[in-house]
Amino acid sequence: MLALLRNEKVRGILYQVLVITGFLVVAYFIAINTAHNIEVRGIKSGFGFLHSTAGFDITESPIPFSPQSTHWDVFKVGLLNTLIVAFAGIILSTILGLIIGVSRLSSNWLINRLAAGYIETFRNIPVLLQILFWYNVVLATLPTTRKSLNFLDSVFINNRGIFVPNPIFEPGAWLIGAALIAALLAGWWLHRYAIKLHEATGQNFPAFWISLGLVIGLPLLAYFIMGRPVTFDYPALKGFNFQGGKVFTPEFLALLFALSIYTATFIAEAIRSGIEAVPKGQKEAATALGLTPMQSLRFVVLPQAVRIAIPSIINQYLNLTKNSSLAAAIGYPELVTIFAGTSLNQTGQALEILGITMLTYLLISLVVSMILNWFNAKMKIKER
Amino acid sequence: MKRLLKLSAIAALAVTTLSMAGTLDDVKKAGVLKCGVNTGLPGFSEADSKGAWRGLDVDYCRALAAAVLGDASKVKYTPLNAKERFTALQSGEIDVLSRNTTNTETRDTTLGINFAGVMYYDGQGFMVPKSLGIKSAKELDGATVCIQAGTTTELNLADYFRSNKMKFKAITFDTNDQVDKAFLAGRCDILTTDQSGLYAARTKFKNPEKFVILPEIISKEPLAPAVRQGDDQWFNIAKWTRNALLTAEEKGITSANVDEMKKSNDPETKRLLGVEGTMGKNLGLDADAFYRAIKQVGNYGEIFERNVGANTPLKISRGLNALWNKGGMQYSPPFR
Repeated sequence: MLALLRNEKVRGILYQVLVITGFLVVAYFIAINTAHNIEVRGIKSGFGFLHSTAGFDITESPIPFSPQSTHWDVFKVGLLNTLIVAFAGIILSTILGLIIGVSRLSSNWLINRLAAGYIETFRNIPVLLQILFWYNVVLATLPTTRKSLNFLDSVFINNRGIFVPNPIFEPGAWLIGAALIAALLAGWWLHRYAIKLHEATGQNFPAFWISLGLVIGLPLLAYFIMGRPVTFDYPALKGFNFQGGKVFTPEFLALLFALSIYTATFIAEAIRSGIEAVPKGQKEAATALGLTPMQSLRFVVLPQAVRIAIPSIINQYLNLTKNSSLAAAIGYPELVTIFAGTSLNQTGQALEILGITMLTYLLISLVVSMILNWFNAKMKIKER
Repeated sequence: MKRLLKLSAIAALAVTTLSMAGTLDDVKKAGVLKCGVNTGLPGFSEADSKGAWRGLDVDYCRALAAAVLGDASKVKYTPLNAKERFTALQSGEIDVLSRNTTNTETRDTTLGINFAGVMYYDGQGFMVPKSLGIKSAKELDGATVCIQAGTTTELNLADYFRSNKMKFKAITFDTNDQVDKAFLAGRCDILTTDQSGLYAARTKFKNPEKFVILPEIISKEPLAPAVRQGDDQWFNIAKWTRNALLTAEEKGITSANVDEMKKSNDPETKRLLGVEGTMGKNLGLDADAFYRAIKQVGNYGEIFERNVGANTPLKISRGLNALWNKGGMQYSPPFR
């Protein structure tokens, strides 16, 4: 028996079995304990509440929602709003981060210092404070409804949001979409053709400009051929507020600004470290080949830098998505605000709702990191 | 395997004994009453410049602490927003929730809590800037409304606009302060909450005269303290402490004359103050439990006038909250 215990392999297995058993016992105890307490205190449990009427209204919703909708609809609206702000935030912060990151390495003293100042300032202020700051700035500086800033009677800006005309697609508008897709496909094909031509003959083919022309020109052509099938719903002041059009609320804008500006600092640093990690010889070789500084950045440095920066940028995208839950502070109706907030309070079923919410964030994070890991693997240097 | 089963049986047993232990014993052992209050609502629960909590809801906790522990100051206040309050009570983080909370059927039956009698009869109202020139809530079609998330107010609002075939947009925030701030910044046209809350909010505004409270009251909001379900003794203590405050007013017993009243010839007064009978003992408290509550905190009328009455910035009249024999609805079952 003792000899068996001295066997390294047996001992290893024994310890693992003990640890797992211990874990299961604790998990079992917690589950029993919780179920028991819930029953003793007469708290309602189960998922039936998802089908009961919510009874409250949600300010902005990408899908139809009314107080008669169910808590399950609340969940869907919250999730969609989370995804919308995360998606917009990821795009905005990437553009901003790229510009700031490259500026941070500029040889121009002023640009360099400005970028450094931006990063140090916004990276070191808690993002919740920044959200509250932008929200109060938006509310305090913009005029009231009746004194809105008016741009050509179609765009209005006031402290209830930015109101823009909303396009309405009539029958026949499909051709515009089809034209756009055709133009994009043609652009992709041209791009590949240009690379092939370049590799075979060394000649440059202006694929980018031709594609751009196609992407703009083809849908425009379709628009006129089909007799202008797109009309616009213009916002107009009726009663208390502007009616019609599309509105970007102050809550959405403040959250988007704060998240993008905050996350951009980390992306900028990731890109800067990526660029600095590219061996100096690469840049020198590019110069020796006669590439201009812009060309060397575009064709030699950035492709390698991005490769190095991707893993930490992925992390920042996930952080941005998770940070969007701080919107509860300013009332943007995302998942935590309305589902893990209002719905939870109206039904009182904390365990179920928090469980669903946590699982959802976990799933979003896993999916995003899966997509980006795939992208990362594709972008990796292919060793030959 | 057998062992594991035994272990879990013991564990389950341990849990049972734990949850059976009474809140009263816990409070006595801790020597302090844990009370959940509003984060800041003038007249009901607000920390003053010295950090001391004041208000009608706060005074209920003080009376309860005086009855149970003999000292009204032995309260630990936990400021909670509307969304946190029930979880805090369910999880045992607080012993009593005294936070302008409306007693409703759903809350009473599904949250595992019990409401211990109404401390303040309220109803939901609307406040608008005077400059809009609105006279009635029926003119509010299309308005944007600032509101606190997770309240009955939010549901009443949707019901009211729906039944009057009007449209609205609700902007919801976590705390009262955020709601008020957004309203003042012009993010919304209307502020809605319990009418007492509207009066309270207005006292904090820089130009209170620029805002009007509309005449319509669109709901019943009986605000009541709540305790956990399943501990009947503690529930009784919470109920009868509130009843004691009301009976004291009815009998004319105040914090000033409570010592003289001990010598009163009225049998119910004697029972209430513990001179005769076993009123305190029945609840597992000292005989003079309610005497201490009245001595240290005062009767319901004193509490009302001190916090929200005519001489406070809120200037709320007794209305529904007058005693039953003075035209109101505040009524206590007899101390017998």
